Amino acid sequence: MSEALLREVEEYKGGRFTITVITERCKECGFCINVCPVKILVKSSAENKYGFRSPTVSNPEKCIGCRLCEYMCPEFAIFITKGERG
Amino acid sequence: MKREFLSGNRAVAEAALLSGLRFYAGYPITPASDLMEYLAERLPKVGGIAVQFEDEIASINAAIGASWTGAKAMTATSGPGFSLMAEGISLAVATETPLVVVDIMRAGPSTGIPTKTTQSDVYQARWLAHGDYILPVFAPWSAQDSYDLTIKAFNMSEKLRTPVILLSDAVIAHMWETLYVKEPGEVEIVSRKKPVEPPEEYKPYKPGEDLVPPMAVFGEGYKVIVESLVHDEAGYYRQDTRTYREMVARLREKIMRNIGVVYEHEEYWVEDARVILVSYGSTARMAYPVAKSLLSRGLRVGLLRLKTLWPLDEGKLSSALSKADKIIVVENNTGRIYYDIARIAGRDRARFSPILTVDPPGFNEVLEAVSKWL
Amino acid sequence: MAVAKKVIHPLDKYLRSDRLPHIWCPGCGIGIALAAMLRGIDRRIREGKLDRNKLVFVTGIGCSARVSFYVDFDSAHTLHGRAIPFAAGVKLANPSLEVIVVGGDGDIAGIGGNHLLHAARRNMDLFVVMITNFVYAMTGGQLAPTTPLRVYTTTTPYGNPEPPLNVIKLVASLNANYVARASVTTPHYIESFTYKALGMKGFRFLEVVSTCPEVYGRHIGLRNPVAMLEELKKRVIYKAHPVVDESDIDWDKGIVIGEYVVRNNPSYLDLIKRG
Repeated sequence: MSEALLREVEEYKGGRFTITVITERCKECGFCINVCPVKILVKSSAENKYGFRSPTVSNPEKCIGCRLCEYMCPEFAIFITKGERG
Repeated sequence: MKREFLSGNRAVAEAALLSGLRFYAGYPITPASDLMEYLAERLPKVGGIAVQFEDEIASINAAIGASWTGAKAMTATSGPGFSLMAEGISLAVATETPLVVVDIMRAGPSTGIPTKTTQSDVYQARWLAHGDYILPVFAPWSAQDSYDLTIKAFNMSEKLRTPVILLSDAVIAHMWETLYVKEPGEVEIVSRKKPVEPPEEYKPYKPGEDLVPPMAVFGEGYKVIVESLVHDEAGYYRQDTRTYREMVARLREKIMRNIGVVYEHEEYWVEDARVILVSYGSTARMAYPVAKSLLSRGLRVGLLRLKTLWPLDEGKLSSALSKADKIIVVENNTGRIYYDIARIAGRDRARFSPILTVDPPGFNEVLEAVSKWL
Repeated sequence: MAVAKKVIHPLDKYLRSDRLPHIWCPGCGIGIALAAMLRGIDRRIREGKLDRNKLVFVTGIGCSARVSFYVDFDSAHTLHGRAIPFAAGVKLANPSLEVIVVGGDGDIAGIGGNHLLHAARRNMDLFVVMITNFVYAMTGGQLAPTTPLRVYTTTTPYGNPEPPLNVIKLVASLNANYVARASVTTPHYIESFTYKALGMKGFRFLEVVSTCPEVYGRHIGLRNPVAMLEELKKRVIYKAHPVVDESDIDWDKGIVIGEYVVRNNPSYLDLIKRG
């Protein structure tokens, strides 16, 4: 996790799943962080251009691909795709 | 061309069918109900549909929705129902939806006298809805005129992408007269311009040379946006002054630029007249024989009969009225067109002869009202 | 449509993504509902059962009605309460179109109540999604027909004296073919109910109970998005075959979601033999 400004699209690659965050769409509601069953989503300290802090992924390898974050995000700002091993 | 015997309402219905009407939505109201009843029978036979909705608000919104599938749509009502349609008309203006709305005036205000007429809704026909806009208003004075002006209403609505009001009244609606109806192909039927560019390049509110945007409709792959908020060419909501000015100015200008075809009046003996009667609709039907009678008595009287009540071609009107000493406005209300004429021809020349009646005006009634100025 | 849009998120192909981020507040459930609906729609399209070019979204006015801004389909942002008759006109004039109405509880069941009633009665071939947040949010938090008793709103500052309307019960009592309720806490049901509704004819009605932290949440002391989500989650009870008698929305007793009515009565188009 970097202190510098996040890029507009951040990809967190785990072997099984990749978590993609479109940071400029995030409004910091906290839903994804709240619903993640393996608790790997952590609020970034860096803000997007609207002043919101989007989630970062502490350990992409632990992602189980449940897509609850994707389903609970109201902003179309986070989604899961299969990783290289998936 | 075929000779027929029809009421004003039926003439409107037949003209609408000739123009390509395929969707009618309405609600029962005297004196417009029989128009809907007639179309409920006729429309399905040409593959169209007429539906009685739960109220006039549903009717106008449904007609607008139907127009957005490419269908020519119409609704007809009277004063109270017309008032309910105000917001819908505003929507049609803002979204540039081709639509014909028929108001068959009756006596008002409020419930009034449903079975009798006045000419009270002139300003309402122009400015019923909120917002800064112009729309065309046509006022027939006979079954033939109801027929012809309905075709014109559809053509103008399609050409200019605007709602058009046809302002009839209870007398004309139910009066049966001989008229000549057109056969398909005998008269030009206009339909809205379609885009030539593909969907990726299309902007729903980008005007053509004529200030009218080509109209893609639902189901054609253009992903159109019907937008009631002030919008830019893409149909996206914009709250800035520049977008507002551009939109409002263009909506006005697209009509005004075509005033030459939108505006019509008829002149009888006006060329040599010293006194010109100005009238329209059912009242004009009596102004005509009164003018003729005065003429036969040696008075230089003419009649200018308005067919279009809005927008007025003030230059054309002014010119037609220029040689007269007096202009007497004869209408069935407490003053509507009179104030336009007073402004255009000058208060010193304009005179007002109101014929406030709920029954068809009598010859002597109109003669007396006019004569007091002679 | 002629604007270059980015396609990053899997649903971006159904969105006018150049207009994102959308206007809905942080924690507003409308985006969740829309995403779930789009997944249901996507499945129908991929299965070849729905033509992407024949889908039309019609909305009225309000927060939920802004859906028509963001979907990359034919869409109409019309008048407050009048989406249903507009949509009926669209469907009747061109029965080959699939018409979806989206609106809030105020728009659909308040000012739009009469149109809702008659469309359901007729079993009009429309899919209506009502996103319920118990308040008129766009205009700042006024009373809605669904606002629970005694709740503060800006127009009932001494507490709401009005018993709320149970829209599920109303629509179920009419002739609708499909009446269901879901919640933004259960987006999978929004998706599957949408998928199902799009395979049916007649009047299909889906109420989606939503979070509204900025306005309704503020009125009831749940302005934090996650707090409101958690509290709503606690109250939502899914049942496979719920009955209308348990459809009252009760913040204490719970909110029963599920498919209340599923039937195959003749639709309006059937009845008039059209399309």
